[in-house]
Amino acid sequence: MKDRTLIITGLIIFIALVAFPFWYNMGKASPQPDLVLTAKAKAAGACVMPTAYMRANHMHLLDAWRNSVVRDAKRVFVNPQGKTFNISLTKTCLDCHSNKAEFCDRCHDYASASPYCWDCHLDQSKENK
Amino acid sequence: MEDSRRHFLKLAGISALGLTAKPVLDAFAKEHGKAPAPEFEEGPKALKAMQWAMVIDTRRFKSDADLQPIIDACDKIHNIPVFENKRHEIKWIWDEEYEHAFPTNPNKFLTERLKDTPFLVLCNHCENPPCVRACPTQATFKRKSDGIVLMDYHRCIGCRFCMAACPFGSRSFNFRDPRPFIPKITMQYPTRMKGVVEKCNFCAERLAVGKLPACVEASKGALVFGDLYDPKSEVRKLLKANYTIRRKQELGTEPAVYYIV
Repeated sequence: MKDRTLIITGLIIFIALVAFPFWYNMGKASPQPDLVLTAKAKAAGACVMPTAYMRANHMHLLDAWRNSVVRDAKRVFVNPQGKTFNISLTKTCLDCHSNKAEFCDRCHDYASASPYCWDCHLDQSKENK
Repeated sequence: MEDSRRHFLKLAGISALGLTAKPVLDAFAKEHGKAPAPEFEEGPKALKAMQWAMVIDTRRFKSDADLQPIIDACDKIHNIPVFENKRHEIKWIWDEEYEHAFPTNPNKFLTERLKDTPFLVLCNHCENPPCVRACPTQATFKRKSDGIVLMDYHRCIGCRFCMAACPFGSRSFNFRDPRPFIPKITMQYPTRMKGVVEKCNFCAERLAVGKLPACVEASKGALVFGDLYDPKSEVRKLLKANYTIRRKQELGTEPAVYYIV
């Protein structure tokens, strides 16, 4: 046990280094971004599903929509309230949420999610590129 | 025999326990139950068929100029890029010489008309599509509801097995990002991305809203579209009245595009 001090100092330095990202960013947590709703989205009042569901599961819903349209040729979505919607990312989702930068990107950036929707689907807010 | 009574009681005990399982599970299921599931329906105006098919009346075409408006109509609405380099070309519907479109119907001396007229070729939406069998991810599939050979670009991994499998060269691969090469982008239709295969989709997106394919609409009656298995359809009437040929019929893929020559 001659090296006790050495070992303990080493351990402390090691732990400090490993925990670096935590104490370096302490108290600097970036606030959750505010989503901006367009006037049209506000006027509609409700999305195709409840807001909480959309917030957590919009990606699953979009997957289900895609499979329904492409595989089963079913292009109408009936939500639990019995309201019908045309299944289309460009014509339905982006019609209300026409502000991709403030609605989609802001939160995706915050959550460090980089969906590849826009490699093919066109951002309707930018007319022709 | 002592053993047997013991055995019986054990079994009875376990069975009784088993009977209680279902109510407990049901109770749990109720607790975590979800809202009524949303449903999917077909659009009210959607056109339906067992197997969509096309009849192309080649007698109506004299030169490339007759085909160009048809090809342009498709290219425009589907955001087809234009590449100078032929190896990067993306083709949904295009023109081909008779001997290339029908290489296995060789005739030493062709009629002048067949020799000179350009043939319109596109994906044949085969009834027995080899591309579908080749696809490892089921990105391309034969849609059960209407027989269209469709693609789910989200699933395509760009392996190009389907291109090797298709005997008609109907599939193109995006070697480059196509977006900068689209002359005029149609905002309502998505583009494709680098690394996926694409092809004609028989305008599935138009059929869903009650419109005929863009090429049929632009052809002024030279292209006829309809259900192959409806004896009263336009397509069947034409097939009954005219001698038609199909591309590479001997391969057994059963193309759904017929040519009146």
